[in-house]
Amino acid sequence: MTATDHAIRFENVTKAFEKRPVLDGVSFEVQRGEACCIMGRSGTGKSVTLKLLLGLLKPDVGRIYVNNVQIDGMDSSGLVEVRKAIGFLFQYSALFDSLSVGENVAFPLRRHSQMAEAKIAECVRERLAAVGLEGEIDKMPLDLSGGMRKRVGLARALAMKPSILLVDEPSSGLDPITTREIDNLLTDLKTSSKTTMVVVTHDVPSARRIGDKVIILHERHVIAQGTPGELDRNPNEIVQQFMKSGEEVDHAIQR
Amino acid sequence: MAFRAPFETREIVRQIYLIGWRSLPLVAMSGVAIGVVLSMHTRATMERFGAEALIPAALAIALITETGPLMTGLLISGRVGAGIGAELGGMRVTEQIDALESLAVDSFHYLAVTRILACMIAMPILTAAMNFSGLIGGFLAETMASDVSLKLYFRQAFAAIGFSDYIPPTLKTVVFGFIIGTVSSYLGYTTTGGSEGIGRASTRSVVLSSMILIAVNVLLVRMIMVLFQKGAT
Repeated sequence: MTATDHAIRFENVTKAFEKRPVLDGVSFEVQRGEACCIMGRSGTGKSVTLKLLLGLLKPDVGRIYVNNVQIDGMDSSGLVEVRKAIGFLFQYSALFDSLSVGENVAFPLRRHSQMAEAKIAECVRERLAAVGLEGEIDKMPLDLSGGMRKRVGLARALAMKPSILLVDEPSSGLDPITTREIDNLLTDLKTSSKTTMVVVTHDVPSARRIGDKVIILHERHVIAQGTPGELDRNPNEIVQQFMKSGEEVDHAIQR
Repeated sequence: MAFRAPFETREIVRQIYLIGWRSLPLVAMSGVAIGVVLSMHTRATMERFGAEALIPAALAIALITETGPLMTGLLISGRVGAGIGAELGGMRVTEQIDALESLAVDSFHYLAVTRILACMIAMPILTAAMNFSGLIGGFLAETMASDVSLKLYFRQAFAAIGFSDYIPPTLKTVVFGFIIGTVSSYLGYTTTGGSEGIGRASTRSVVLSSMILIAVNVLLVRMIMVLFQKGAT
């Protein structure tokens, strides 16, 4: 595989906020169709990594490639084209309060496709059915539970059938059963559509279920990356603390 | 400002409805009350000089040239400025603005430009409503003190004022709309700091847009006087 075959490439990326460094010389790659989970303690720059990938933030140093296009330093009109290929599921879903569930999912289709309204309505029903929320199409986001909001957010992120899906803390604020349901949706998506995924999570069982590859960020640096099995065998103490921290929870859910 | 495609016509119409139509009851009620009060004060003064017949004209001049535009500006600054500041602030804090960007939408163009344009379009219309309801209020106050008919009242009111007197003060409210929309959109769009930040954006939107509006009004009144060769107006 050549260097240009990666869906995502971070090269030596450094980012600081008001002189407080968050990422320092971070490099990693995600291949097409691969699901990559980024783990790390709070404040280690995981969500910043996603926002850099979307061009919502600019790196201080380094290069970022999405679908072989260098996006750091790109202007807003260039980023619009890059973003059409990316879906983003926010930590707290970030649904538009003033729009119904159906209108939220229809929003990107109305903006960027030439579809007739009837076709858009059909697509919206299809996307909502895929996340098990076909019956909630007319509800407002504030009437939904956290798990349902997350699923609507996923339906909206997938509305344009993006080649890359970025997910920020899919299990945040959810009970373990709902977390498992969201994980299953993501693994089904990976299997069925070969979507490239970057998932930021604290939840080790989730990372094991979803991730083909796991990256661990610690104190601004990538300290380990590999398959979950490879990280289980990694001798680094912090890596071991991470990989073992979720086992008890996972066993409890399986029981 | 980014006046370019896509022109967000649907969102501009929605904002005109929210900003303009929804403000109409407040503006109309305030207009009637202001008209009643101004008419009572005017009568108290005019009676001393035996010039009661000039009351409708005096009220019309006061309303159309200054009171109507300024009061509408301040009312809309309070109702709409606070609303835009809080709404965009809430969208910033809950990552809805980032969500718009992630969906390949220019959030500034979609949220701020549409609201600024809607304010600029709604303000002259609301000012006309304020002026009309103010004259109705004046007529109601007059009917309690005299037997003047509605037809005669309006004929007297417009006797001293022409179309050219009406246009410049009403058009200056387009500038008021620009100030309210720009200040509140900017403060909402750049909100930081959670619910406290939303409250701050909302309050500052009202205070700052009202202050700028009052200061700019002084300049605009002077400009209108110079350009249109008006004495007191």
